[in-house]
Amino acid sequence: MKYLIDSMDLSVEEIDDLIDLAQDIIKDKSRYQDVCRHKILATLFFEPSTRTRLSFESAMLSLGGKVLGFSNANSSSATKGESVTDTIWTVSCYSDIIAMRHPKEGAPLVALKRSKVPLINAGDGGHNHPTQTLTDLLTIKREKGRLDNLTIGFCGDLKFGRTVHSLLKALSRYPHMKFIFISPRELRIPEYLKQDLLDAKNLDYREVEKVEDVIEELDIIYMTRVQKERFFNEQDYIRLKDTYILDKKKIEKSKKDLIILHPLPRVNEIATELDDDPRAKYFDQVQNGRYVRMALIMTMLGLENEVDRHED
Amino acid sequence: MKIDSIINGIVLDHITAGKAMSVYNALGLDKLDCSVAIIKNVKSTKMGKKDILKIDNDFEVDLDVLGYLDPNITVSIIRNGVTVEKKKLTLPKRIVNVEKCKNPRCITSQEQDLDHIFYLANEKERIYRCMYCESRVNKK
Repeated sequence: MKYLIDSMDLSVEEIDDLIDLAQDIIKDKSRYQDVCRHKILATLFFEPSTRTRLSFESAMLSLGGKVLGFSNANSSSATKGESVTDTIWTVSCYSDIIAMRHPKEGAPLVALKRSKVPLINAGDGGHNHPTQTLTDLLTIKREKGRLDNLTIGFCGDLKFGRTVHSLLKALSRYPHMKFIFISPRELRIPEYLKQDLLDAKNLDYREVEKVEDVIEELDIIYMTRVQKERFFNEQDYIRLKDTYILDKKKIEKSKKDLIILHPLPRVNEIATELDDDPRAKYFDQVQNGRYVRMALIMTMLGLENEVDRHED
Repeated sequence: MKIDSIINGIVLDHITAGKAMSVYNALGLDKLDCSVAIIKNVKSTKMGKKDILKIDNDFEVDLDVLGYLDPNITVSIIRNGVTVEKKKLTLPKRIVNVEKCKNPRCITSQEQDLDHIFYLANEKERIYRCMYCESRVNKK
C-alpha cells in the first residue's frame, strides 16, 4: 500500500485487514512497541489540527518510530510560496512515511506525484479524511460487531464535513446499509455524492431536517461540527452553527444500543450531559484512532506481519 | 447560400445550432492560416437546424475535446474532394485543460502550474468532475 488519499483507495478486504490488525494491537500493545524502530514519520500539517496530528504521532511513537514535521503552514516553506509538490519531494527525502493535512482539496493527490515514500491524507479541505474513516469503522466494528445491516444518521454539516463524505463512501460498499442525512437545507450532502454514489448504487437513503423525526430508527448517529473555517461568509456560519445540538431529550426515544459518534472537536453540538451516557462513544473513537493509525502505518511500511497475531 | 466543397481537409457536421463558435474556439481554429468556413443554422432533417465547420487543410482534430463538447458531431476527413474517413466521437474518459475548476477550495486555485484535469464520472448524465476536488464542471 503506497498511499491513502481517499477511503475508496482501500478495498473492503484491506479495510478488514486493518481493523483485524488494530484489534490485535488493542489486545496487547506492548508486542508492537518496536515494530517501527528506526523509521521516521513526517507529519505535515498545513492546516492546524490537534487530534489527528497527535494521534499519528502517538501511533508512530507507540510503534517505536520517530516523528518530525510541522503543525502549521506558517512554520513551513509554504509561506515562501513553495509548491506542495516541492515540499513533499523534500520531506520524502527525510522520512519513511508522510501524513499530510492541507486546507486545499486535492492537495494530497498533487503531493503524491513527487513523494518517494508512502503518503497518507490526513484531511484535505472539505473533501476527504480517510484515517478518520478507519477510526470510525473500527469503532463501529467494536461496538456493533459488524459493518453491514446498519442504519446510520449523519447529522449537521454534511456539505463540508469531510469525515462524513469519506465514511459514507466506505460504508456504501457494505450490504443492507441505510443512510439518513439530517441537516439544514444549506448544508446538505453534496450533489456529487448523491448522483455518483447513492443514486448510482441505488442505496437506501433519505434527507430530513429534524433529529427527533428519525432517532428511533438509528443504530448510529454521527454528529458533525459546523466548521467555521469552511465558510467564506461569517454570517452564514453564525446563522447555521447552532442548528443541531444533541441532548438527552433528543435521544430519549433512541434504541438502547444506539451509538453516538463524532469526529471531534465538538463545539456545542453534543451537550456535555451526554458524555457519561453509555451511548456516547466519541472518546472511544479517539482511542481507536490511535490504534487504527498504528495498523495503517505498519501496513504502509510493509511491516504488518512482523508480529504474530493473538489466537482467539 | 453556396459554400465551395473542400479538396483536402476536415468537415465537422451536425454541430448543435449556435455552437459552431464554441467548437471553433475550443479547437483553436483561430490559429489556422487556411480557409475555415463557419456555417450556421443549416437546415437539417435530423436536427431541424445545425452548424457546420469546414477546414480547408490537414489538421489534427483533438477528438477528446470534440467528444467532450458534443459527441454527436460527425468528423469527415476529405482527400482529393472525397470523404475517406468518418470518425466516431465518444465521451472522453478525461479532459485536460479544457475546463477550469471553479472551486475556490480546490488545490488548482492555489498551484497555478497544475493541469486542470476532469474525469468522466457519470457517462449517462455526461458529468465530469475535477480529479482533485471532485467538483462538477460547469459546462459552458
